[in-house]
Amino acid sequence: MKFVASRVALAVVALSAAVGTAHAQGTAAEGIAKYREMLQDGNPAELFEMKGEELWKQKRGPKMASMEQCDLGKGPGVIKGAFVELPKYFADTGRVQDLETRLITCMETLQGFKGEDIAKTPFGRGEMANVTALTTYVATASKGMRFNLSQSHAQEKLMYEAGKQLFFTRGGTHDFSCASCHGSDDKRIRLQDLPNLTKNPGDGIGFAAWPAYRVSNAQMWGMQLRLNDCFRQMRWPEPKFGSDATIALSVYMGVNAKSAESIVPAIKR
Amino acid sequence: MKKIHSLVLLPVVAIVLSACSSAPSPADVNKATADMLKSSFQARGIAGLNRLNQDQANAECAVADATGKPLDEKMSKAIEEANMKTVKWPTDGKFLGDWKEGEKIAQSGRGLTWTDTATTENGGNCYNCHQISKEEISFGTLGPSLYNYGKLRGVTDPNSAGGKAIVEYTWGKLWNARAYNACSQMPRVGHMAILNQKQIQDVMALLLDPASPVNK
Repeated sequence: MKFVASRVALAVVALSAAVGTAHAQGTAAEGIAKYREMLQDGNPAELFEMKGEELWKQKRGPKMASMEQCDLGKGPGVIKGAFVELPKYFADTGRVQDLETRLITCMETLQGFKGEDIAKTPFGRGEMANVTALTTYVATASKGMRFNLSQSHAQEKLMYEAGKQLFFTRGGTHDFSCASCHGSDDKRIRLQDLPNLTKNPGDGIGFAAWPAYRVSNAQMWGMQLRLNDCFRQMRWPEPKFGSDATIALSVYMGVNAKSAESIVPAIKR
Repeated sequence: MKKIHSLVLLPVVAIVLSACSSAPSPADVNKATADMLKSSFQARGIAGLNRLNQDQANAECAVADATGKPLDEKMSKAIEEANMKTVKWPTDGKFLGDWKEGEKIAQSGRGLTWTDTATTENGGNCYNCHQISKEEISFGTLGPSLYNYGKLRGVTDPNSAGGKAIVEYTWGKLWNARAYNACSQMPRVGHMAILNQKQIQDVMALLLDPASPVNK
């Protein structure tokens, strides 16, 4: 723990140094690239991963049970490789689930928490913060592995097709769709590069980069929060946590990312 | 089993397909998507559910984008004509305001999200997608560069007869981009009340005033 904390402190020093560098010399893009590179050295996501590991093993909830028998799709207790195959169809719940909603299923069935209440909890608070930590822990166990989502079940196929249609659906005051920003190659908002999510954007980019630690607000974000904030900026109403729209979009992006390497947990500006 | 069912957090859209593995029919996909737009979102702050109502242009353009098949010419024309009718010309006859104010509006990305309020002063979000002045190096590339916008189009005097056509086109484009391009990705700035008349006059000056840094 002490080791991790010192690495975090180092990252903060590196951060301010890099920001200084960006001002002092070179182009803004070079400065940003250097800043990102330096950040890789000490990713505070490790703290969330460690918290998630503790939460996984700890006996908690009304049933005083651990999460160690949770089935994330590869059998009870198997976490390695689970993340790169999600979302997928689960027969016990009868629906396609991503990692975050599947973890809530286990918190409900194994530990006795009320899933509905967790899903309504704001990001970063209470048990929702624990879901994010658990997500980081489980996802990190697949670091370096390649995405390989199943498309064998009818609901998985329907989710992909509906996700694709949603991706191109325009709405909100600005008529934005996901495709407005993520529908073609080599585009930017301000200086931020935008991945093209209608195809495989490459290793560790887009779907293969979340959960990620966001330096700008010192928060750990899973894909549910990533999507939530996209819709906020698109001026849409808010997607409900774990809703079918969020799962469908994740299936669409995840299937498109087939064979891309997961670098999760990533670090973002 | 009851417990597990209560975990189905939200009314699952009617995915009552059998577990066969054939591809879903277009009708199934359309229904699932429409159901998701209805059930997966909630109003928050000023962002109400009515923001997901699909007008003809949004519905047609989404299909065109998803399938990669552009709209046929008849549909494009119909959408452009309908949107042209929504353009409101300046009530005081002035097309250009103050470019300095226009620059501030172009810089601002505020307004209309669920974390904004009804009294938040909206920005134009212009630099998010366009290069505009040469001084601002943090610009997006989703839209074309607007640097030297007026100069490149030969507008030396926006009030002259020679400049009229470009001035009016630019106003219309800002008010409702779909009047000229049915599936334009650009927000309908005036039509959707993102910016008001005064703000659009200021952005117009940023683009067309010969004194604006854009035209230096």
